[in-house]
Amino acid sequence: MKHLLAATAASALMASAASAEDVKLGVFLGFTGPIESLVAEMGPAAEFAIEEANASDKFLGGASVSSVRADTTCVDAGAATAAAERLITADGVAGIVGGDCSGVTGAALQNVALPNGMVMISPSATSPGLSHNNNEDNGLFFRTAPSDARQGVVMTEVLMDQDIMEVAVTYTNNDYGKGLADSFQAAFEAAGGTVTISAAHEDGKADYSAEVGALAAAGGQRLVVAGYVDQGGAGIVRAALDTGAFDTFHFPDGMIGTALSDTFGDEIDGSSGQHPSPSDELAAAFTTLVDGAFDSTSPFAPESYDAAALLLLAMQAAGSADPAEYAGKVMDVANAPGEPIGVGELDKAFEILAAGGEVDYVGASGVELIGPGEAAGNYREITVESGSIETVQFR
Amino acid sequence: MIDFLNAIVALSNFVLIPAISYGSQLALGALGVTLIYGILRFSNFAHGDTMAFGAMATILFTWWLQGLGVSLGPLPTALLALPIGIAITALFLLGTDRLVYQFYRRQKAAPVILVIVSMGVMFVMNGVVRFIIGVDDQRFADGERFIISARDFREMTGLAEGLALRTSTVITVITAVLVVALLFWFLNKTRTGKSMRAFSDNEDLALLSGINPERVVAITWIIVAALATVAGVLYGLDKSFKPFTYFQLLLPIFAAAIVGGLGSPIGAIAGGFVIAFSEVTVTYAFRKVLGYLMPESLQPDGLVQLLSTDYKFAVSFAILIIVLLIRPTGLFRGKAV
Repeated sequence: MKHLLAATAASALMASAASAEDVKLGVFLGFTGPIESLVAEMGPAAEFAIEEANASDKFLGGASVSSVRADTTCVDAGAATAAAERLITADGVAGIVGGDCSGVTGAALQNVALPNGMVMISPSATSPGLSHNNNEDNGLFFRTAPSDARQGVVMTEVLMDQDIMEVAVTYTNNDYGKGLADSFQAAFEAAGGTVTISAAHEDGKADYSAEVGALAAAGGQRLVVAGYVDQGGAGIVRAALDTGAFDTFHFPDGMIGTALSDTFGDEIDGSSGQHPSPSDELAAAFTTLVDGAFDSTSPFAPESYDAAALLLLAMQAAGSADPAEYAGKVMDVANAPGEPIGVGELDKAFEILAAGGEVDYVGASGVELIGPGEAAGNYREITVESGSIETVQFR
Repeated sequence: MIDFLNAIVALSNFVLIPAISYGSQLALGALGVTLIYGILRFSNFAHGDTMAFGAMATILFTWWLQGLGVSLGPLPTALLALPIGIAITALFLLGTDRLVYQFYRRQKAAPVILVIVSMGVMFVMNGVVRFIIGVDDQRFADGERFIISARDFREMTGLAEGLALRTSTVITVITAVLVVALLFWFLNKTRTGKSMRAFSDNEDLALLSGINPERVVAITWIIVAALATVAGVLYGLDKSFKPFTYFQLLLPIFAAAIVGGLGSPIGAIAGGFVIAFSEVTVTYAFRKVLGYLMPESLQPDGLVQLLSTDYKFAVSFAILIIVLLIRPTGLFRGKAV
């Protein structure tokens, strides 16, 4: 008993001694649940940035950084709230990388982060509902992933540039599909276009001829399919091609993948699309840096690295790991003016910031935070030519 | 005149042809349900998954044939694999009967118990199919996709509207007609068929006149296996094969069988087409068709769509409830439900 007490006291002492120089970051992602396969790369990506800061001796005058993992489960708001609570009250983290899915992120933000004044930077929550306008977040919430509302605007630009003014829209009947279809319709109509019909389709059906019948009756120069390529989206495209209702399509991110060109080949020649993607140079730089430590091309892995890096840079800029002090610096370090900071250059950035200079963090995904503290997003515009997906440009 | 032709073509392309092929598939499925109800006297909830099992057996064999390089030219290879699929499904159903249903039949279990038993069988079959072939979409169609594609039709006729006629649609309709003709010939003309109908009409009288009940039951299962496999394969060829969609198909199939009158083969066919046509026409947006037919001043601005396509299944249920309320025995006087 004596030993135990002594040991406890000693470790408590050590812990408090360490915390004076040790900054903890919460890595708050869905290590279990529907996107656990993505998180298997996102978690290491965030921790990779933390390691990089540790390797530098310039962060907050030589402080060390450690990470604490917590599980959002992606779907269970109650469990996510409890996990975030633990991170802040028990582990005493100075900032949180996360959450991942939009629903649990919103819950943890409202119930835990806001009352405790904690900064959260999410690498993957894309719901438009999380933007500042709809969500009073006291300037504590940011994301390195673009909102789906942004994709609606980019999609409008892509279509308008091809002189397409009239489209039919079908979307998969869930939050993603509905959110994207609504934001696209708003942006497209604001730009003077016409959406002839916006109809939902259910995933997992065998037959979409009735849905396509309605879409064909409404007409349009192109059919926008806001669905999934391995689900109903492909069924809609198949039925539309078979009945001759539409020859060309427009595909948002959920539809773009090798499955698309494998399934339809040159039948969909002339179709267009876009999906969030860092430019080739950024992706190559990140892959070189990571050097196989994890899969650097996995979705949201670059964004996870950037989320952790942004937190660290904001702390350095404020000269403090107190969320109340560094929250206001996140936008400053993410955007111009300042020295552009690529991946692997945290050490350099720390030095500039310590000297009172300014940085413009570019990172692995080309971070540019707009309006409500969310990434503008880099979109790759594609077109289908003789059965293969070709890059047109990056937007 | 051109407008009128365009209207007809648009209507055929988006309403008539899809409804006819969907109706044929439903009719074949409903025939199986109705046979089991008439002869074994229970509603077989496992029928959708029997179709999935039959289609799966056929697909596996089709892949084997395709691997060997066997093909039917413009026709899908699956047609060649169909008889073997039917045989495997028949063995599977006979085994299920031996293992499960026979026990309850000997106990003279009430029909409602058999319905619950069939539900259990449904879940087991569901699992077996997913276990063997996986939950994903499987592609097994080959041969010519189109007899005439929408683009070719437009070029040939010069009309604004296209009409696509797919090989699978035509095969579906032809096979359905053949199978139904064969079934009716069997039930009405052969001795075994007659004994089945006798057994269905009055079990005790049939037993007294020396009809072997186990034989009737076995033959019923074999016919059901054939019907289910053909329906499942045609549906898979025409649309796509995914185990879960067959489970969902159970609802319109039962609606078709009940609307037509459970236990009545003609009713099952009629019911299949009633359900298919109502599902497709009620959810179709008639704007284009009316746009061609009406004078310019009367052309509709809206979509002229009665119900959104989300409510497709609601249509079959609405018809089902109306029929049950007004005419519980169905259109063709089946057994009261």
